[in-house]
Amino acid sequence: MADEVLVSFRGVQKSYDGESLIVKNLDLDIRRGEFLTLLGPSGSGKTTCLMMLAGFETPSHGEIHFDGKLLNHIPPHKRNIGMVFQNYALFPHMTVAENLAYPLTLRKMGKSEIADRVKNGLAMVRLESLGHRYPGQLSGGQQQRVALARALVFEPKLVLMDEPLGALDKQLREHMQLEIKHLHERLGVTVVYVTHDQGEALTMSDRVAVFKDGIIQQIDTASTLYESPANSFVANFIGENNTLRGEVVDLAGELCDVRLHDGALVKARRVAMLGSGEVTSMSVRPERVRLNAAAAGCENRLQARLMEFIYLGDHVRLRMEVAGQGGFIVKVPVGEVDAAWQVGDMMDVGWMARDVRALDALAA
Amino acid sequence: MSESFSMNTPLTAADGVPLKTRLQQQRRMRQLKALLLVLPLALFLLLTFLVPIATLLTRSVDNPEVVSVLRETTQALKPWDGKSLPAVAVYDALSRDLQRAQAEKTVPDAAKRLNMEQSGFRSLLQKTARKIPLAPEAGQSTRDAFIALDERWGDVSHWQVIARNGSSWTPYYLMSSLDLRQGADGKPELVPEDERAFLSIFGRTLWMSFWVTVWCLALGYPLAYWLATLPTRKSNLLMILVLLPFWTSVLVRVASWIVLLQSEGLVNGALLWLGIVDAPLELAFNRTGVYIAMVHILLPFVILPAYSVMKSIPPSYMRAAISLGDHPFAAFWKIYFPQTIAGVAAGALLVFIMCIGYYITPALLGSPQEQMVSYYVAFYTNVTINWGMAAALGSLLLLATLLLYGLYSRLVGANRLSLG
Ligand SMILES: Nc1ncnc2c1ncn2[C@@H]1O[C@H](COP(=O)(O)OP(=O)(O)OP(=O)(O)O)[C@@H](O)[C@H]1O
Ligand SMILES: [Mg+2]
Repeated sequence: MADEVLVSFRGVQKSYDGESLIVKNLDLDIRRGEFLTLLGPSGSGKTTCLMMLAGFETPSHGEIHFDGKLLNHIPPHKRNIGMVFQNYALFPHMTVAENLAYPLTLRKMGKSEIADRVKNGLAMVRLESLGHRYPGQLSGGQQQRVALARALVFEPKLVLMDEPLGALDKQLREHMQLEIKHLHERLGVTVVYVTHDQGEALTMSDRVAVFKDGIIQQIDTASTLYESPANSFVANFIGENNTLRGEVVDLAGELCDVRLHDGALVKARRVAMLGSGEVTSMSVRPERVRLNAAAAGCENRLQARLMEFIYLGDHVRLRMEVAGQGGFIVKVPVGEVDAAWQVGDMMDVGWMARDVRALDALAA
Repeated sequence: MSESFSMNTPLTAADGVPLKTRLQQQRRMRQLKALLLVLPLALFLLLTFLVPIATLLTRSVDNPEVVSVLRETTQALKPWDGKSLPAVAVYDALSRDLQRAQAEKTVPDAAKRLNMEQSGFRSLLQKTARKIPLAPEAGQSTRDAFIALDERWGDVSHWQVIARNGSSWTPYYLMSSLDLRQGADGKPELVPEDERAFLSIFGRTLWMSFWVTVWCLALGYPLAYWLATLPTRKSNLLMILVLLPFWTSVLVRVASWIVLLQSEGLVNGALLWLGIVDAPLELAFNRTGVYIAMVHILLPFVILPAYSVMKSIPPSYMRAAISLGDHPFAAFWKIYFPQTIAGVAAGALLVFIMCIGYYITPALLGSPQEQMVSYYVAFYTNVTINWGMAAALGSLLLLATLLLYGLYSRLVGANRLSLG
């Protein structure tokens, strides 16, 4: 029953000061067993959503249901939701084992059962031998794993994580991403994960909800978000993106023609509901752009000037000027690079109509 | 220096020195550095603080008067059994001592000291000294002459007092400070009930300090918690209000409390005017007044350390505990409170230690029943000029403080605050 809904937000709004809405009319269904990431820039309301779910903030308006029950008036300690904090929040005066036993004791389990579960919990995060240590005697990564184990040890249906890897260095973070992902796969627990690191979101999640200003811009799988962003914000926020501004001149079903500033016409997928004469920002991913001979078969072909040549080992990034707009990036595998290319050269660039999406106009 | 250590090889550094030894050396180096940094301050403290205290403390056992004035007598009393009257030679020695002391005008020193232990000794000694040299009648020994002069010279207990002071140090002051004396058999015993004073003064000092500390905690802890949960800008502002009294002298504050609390004072005036009471409440010059003023003066010493530890505890600890299923109140006691103990205990101990040495507030705002140990230190220093008692009481206070500190460091592990 992968699609069964575990949590649903219905028309949820949140305001701290009574003037501005931090969360605006949130409708969100979280499916049982999924790994959902809330991704968005700082201040977009991700933590606020999580805190409303955990019960530490109350929605100003709207309802939150969890497992069929209305959550609004259930106090946080009765919600049975696991939480992992960015600073781990391990109780410093208790050993690792005592930290893990804390939720179990509260659930009135027997001594031997607690001992068993603590042992299993530690084994789950591969820290069997560190049960007697105090949190202060552990490394950041180890503390992170203890926090994870503590949030899972009482077998909650839902676990919330607010930037749990934010304090770790890059290497450890990537390692922990996989570890959390595998734990999720093994335990089948539902996870709501907050981050503003898109790489993290794409790596780990079944679905990603992209937040901006308290509104979900798009909620989809990682590949859909990347390949088919619903608007310019998502296109630019997720991955690398080339934006071309122009004016819609002709509509033809799925496609439309857009005139760039220098008069060139581009055929693009019409994603935003645009009418003739409206301004649009088109999005093309750098790896969809073809050069010179390879561009020959494309519906869209333009002239571009090579501005910069950046060597990155496995591929080369070309920064180009297209139709009078700079900052156009093209990725070329090293094997396809022509040694004769010089900065200042004029080249043909081209891309298929299905690879360019006409989205809402970005503020210039 | 960089050593690489692997868990599989025996634990030795690259040069073969056992790793433990090497670590120890490094730690000692660190401690040495720390020591050098604190050395100037340590020297300063030694000269201006520790040395004077040490000299003062020696005063509590210092006993030069009798030995120096009655040198020969105390010497001659050494072999005395302490039960029968001393030998005639002792009386001869006393005679010579007194004669010399009379010439050197040192009789009052010894007389005063002996009088502390047995009243009447002052007049006895001075009277005898004036009559020296005695002219024994024929067939009369010096002893007979002394007894003829004053029959107290035939009383063993007077001689015991002199014999007890035959050494240049004495437990007398310290024992007196605890209402103890040397009994006839030389063992310490409590003085008769009607002469006891200091035990109850020490008890009162500790008792009052205890209650002041309790009140400071009861008022300071919630306030510190509230301040710690406020946004920084607001809490800083309120903190200034907490600290404001710090910038006024204690004397001024006590004086203002007198103005407020006395029977015609503002508090009573307001209560009467509001009709809450019919007759003025007794708020000043009794224990209530002392408690009010001392709690007010010492409150910041609890609030400041409590606030600073509370400020360093992120709200996520409580949230974590609650999300794990604990009721917020229980989570407060199990998770939040233990993390504040060190800071709060530090504050409480500070208050308690300051209390047991408190002088000015009880002196001005209390009745004789509120005077604490330090009042008597001042009394012996300024009024009766009895350095021995003042020093003995002071030493006992110091001892109590050190004991408390020891207890504290055991409780909250302040010994972790080591050098380096
Ligand atoms: N307790 C609070 N009182 C007032 N305003 C708040 C409070 N908590 C958050 N805000 C405001 O709400 C907005 C959203 O905050 P939130 O913490 O949800 O953002 P976020 O998406 O988690 O950001 P970040 O990625 O930086 O953690 C911010 O503008 C923040 O200033
Ligand atoms: Mg946040």
